Amino acid sequence: MKLKKVLCIAMTAAVTAVSMAGCGSGGDQPAGTNEGADTAQEGESDGGSESDAAAGGTFKIGGIGPLTGGAAVYGIAVKNGAELAVKEINEAGGINGAQIEINYQDDEHDAEKAVNAYNTLKDWGAQAILGAVTSAPCVAVGSVSYEDNIFMLTPSGTAVDCVKYDNAFRVCFSDPMQGVESAKYIGEHGLATKVAAIYDSSDVYSTGIYQAFAEEAENQDFEVVAAEAFTSESKSDFSVQLQKAKDAGAELVFLPFYYSEAALVLNQAAGMDFKPVFFGCDGMDGILAVKGFDAALADNLIFLSPFTPTSPDETIQKFVGDYETAYGETPNQFAADAYDGIYAIKAAMEDGNVTPDMSPSDICEALKAAMVNITIDGVTAKNLTWEASGEPSKEPMVVKIANGDYAVVDDDDAAAGGAEAVNNTEAADTADAE
Amino acid sequence: MSFISYLINGISLGSVYAIIALGYTMVYGIAKMLNFAHGDVIMIGAYVVMASITRAGLPPFAAILVSIVFCTVLGVVIETVAYRPLLNAASSLAVLITAIGVSYLLQNIALLIFGANTISFASVVSVPALVLAGGALTITGETIVTIICCIVIMTALMVFIKKSKAGQAMLAVSEDKGAAQLMGINVNGTIALTFAIGSALAAVAGVLLCSAYPTLTPYTGAMPGIKAFVAAVFGGIGSIPGALIGGILLGVIEIFGKAYISSQMADAIVFGVLIVILLVKPAGILGKNIQEKV
Repeated sequence: MKLKKVLCIAMTAAVTAVSMAGCGSGGDQPAGTNEGADTAQEGESDGGSESDAAAGGTFKIGGIGPLTGGAAVYGIAVKNGAELAVKEINEAGGINGAQIEINYQDDEHDAEKAVNAYNTLKDWGAQAILGAVTSAPCVAVGSVSYEDNIFMLTPSGTAVDCVKYDNAFRVCFSDPMQGVESAKYIGEHGLATKVAAIYDSSDVYSTGIYQAFAEEAENQDFEVVAAEAFTSESKSDFSVQLQKAKDAGAELVFLPFYYSEAALVLNQAAGMDFKPVFFGCDGMDGILAVKGFDAALADNLIFLSPFTPTSPDETIQKFVGDYETAYGETPNQFAADAYDGIYAIKAAMEDGNVTPDMSPSDICEALKAAMVNITIDGVTAKNLTWEASGEPSKEPMVVKIANGDYAVVDDDDAAAGGAEAVNNTEAADTADAE
Repeated sequence: MSFISYLINGISLGSVYAIIALGYTMVYGIAKMLNFAHGDVIMIGAYVVMASITRAGLPPFAAILVSIVFCTVLGVVIETVAYRPLLNAASSLAVLITAIGVSYLLQNIALLIFGANTISFASVVSVPALVLAGGALTITGETIVTIICCIVIMTALMVFIKKSKAGQAMLAVSEDKGAAQLMGINVNGTIALTFAIGSALAAVAGVLLCSAYPTLTPYTGAMPGIKAFVAAVFGGIGSIPGALIGGILLGVIEIFGKAYISSQMADAIVFGVLIVILLVKPAGILGKNIQEKV
């Protein structure tokens, strides 16, 4: 009995302490406006190691993404890519002399936790947000950041609603764009006349691509003979979907979902002796990194991807080399998106003459105006520009897996899968027309 | 021909559900608790096989044995540490919540050790695929082995319970714990044995599941675990043949639903059938309807 009483008192004390702490951080919140005082203090505590940090202040960029949980691969890649870019920019003198500080928060690929992460970052004084990484959290963060008028650039949120508000931009392609581009590519290159599609009906990303694909397919010279779905609750058995595609005589199977499930689909297709052409989207990137996956199964797999680490392009090779030195693995598309994202924020901040002592809301207005002016020569695209709607404007890259490696497909030798630079797609297009 | 192919796929998927469902049904029958961590023991078992093959270089058969021993020990440890102190607690909710806690603990430990990256599980089955009807029907080696394993395990388990002393003790504990103790049966030991058998089966299920559907993540066990739980309820929880029937029916309905009705609706159909069956037979297909004395 006595013990219970002691416990009771202890618990009450703990609860009180926690709620007081809550008050404390709540009280700190408006301090975000005294940014100057905050950063000055920080400059001192840094021990004056960065002389220009003290002169120009510090930009605070908040990052949101899944660092744990099932989508951690993407969040960690984004964090690494962003930190690499921040390090490079800081070493090169920062943004107009101001250093960048990045604070990365975990959202576990959960919309509610993403909003919590966003609030943590807002309290910390974030002046721009790089995130969220995955679509559903990104949509949630989009609406709260719009209310606060804080600039948001998602490296990889592909759902249409990720950039619904005017404060949000993205680096990657949107879902419908990927669907349309895929259908066009298949049709224009005559890859197949009968196409089957398998998609994840419980996932916005997959469904979004599929719907746009199906719409565009009507304008193309092929027929969708089977459209089969699966859900996140039953994504281990694809035998039925593949059997239906096989029975319908599909020559190409479109797989608009992530590589982890795709690895399974390829495996099961091989088990039932079904060998069509498989065609995927950017989520397919990384399939060769699946441990224990038999790369021979992925031979001739084609997918649209904004980033290929094997591209001979100098900027890409430097990025891949630095990333491998820093983190011991080859960067994927998410790391590349984040890397370009940080450089886009830098370019926009320079274009808009943003200074660290401005309020997040003023910075947002300046960045919104600047985003449409800038052009980035990044690792995910050459001449990457943005529209006011938040969508990027860039050419998709087509990647084909051959002999256990990714190879960029040049339009004029699609069959050979030559690994040449793709910045001359227009020239290749005209060659095709002839 | 595709009908037969669907049917065989359904039986194969159902066999995996059935083996997992055994773990649920035995533990429920004897300890009257739902071991929600069972699905995650499957995942751990699969990781142990994967690690013993790729890192320790063991042959597949030895790796499976290592995994069975590891999971057996794990099951007994979980029971002793997390469940036994709560089995006599006033609320049966406490042990249910602990089981959910153990489930998340196992997932996160696997996440910490192996990372979130998907691992493609190299099949440990070396039986060649059976090609029938001139190539129109292919039955994979994994399917054959899964179905055979399921039949062998069921038969062995039924014999064990009917014929052995320990099996009879299990039956006695499941009927009346207090009376069994008065008759000199070691109740705690029997419950621990149940967990040991259930977890050893989980290791086998893990190997079969990941051989047939070769991807492995820390969340691999979660959904099959829930489906198998449904299968156990479907067949009548506490009944071993019930787990077999429930598992196979669930697998076949799932595949047929996907094939002939709608691949989007597959889960809705499965659970719809479950609701109908439970409305008609609340104790499940083979469950006994025992009136509890108030």
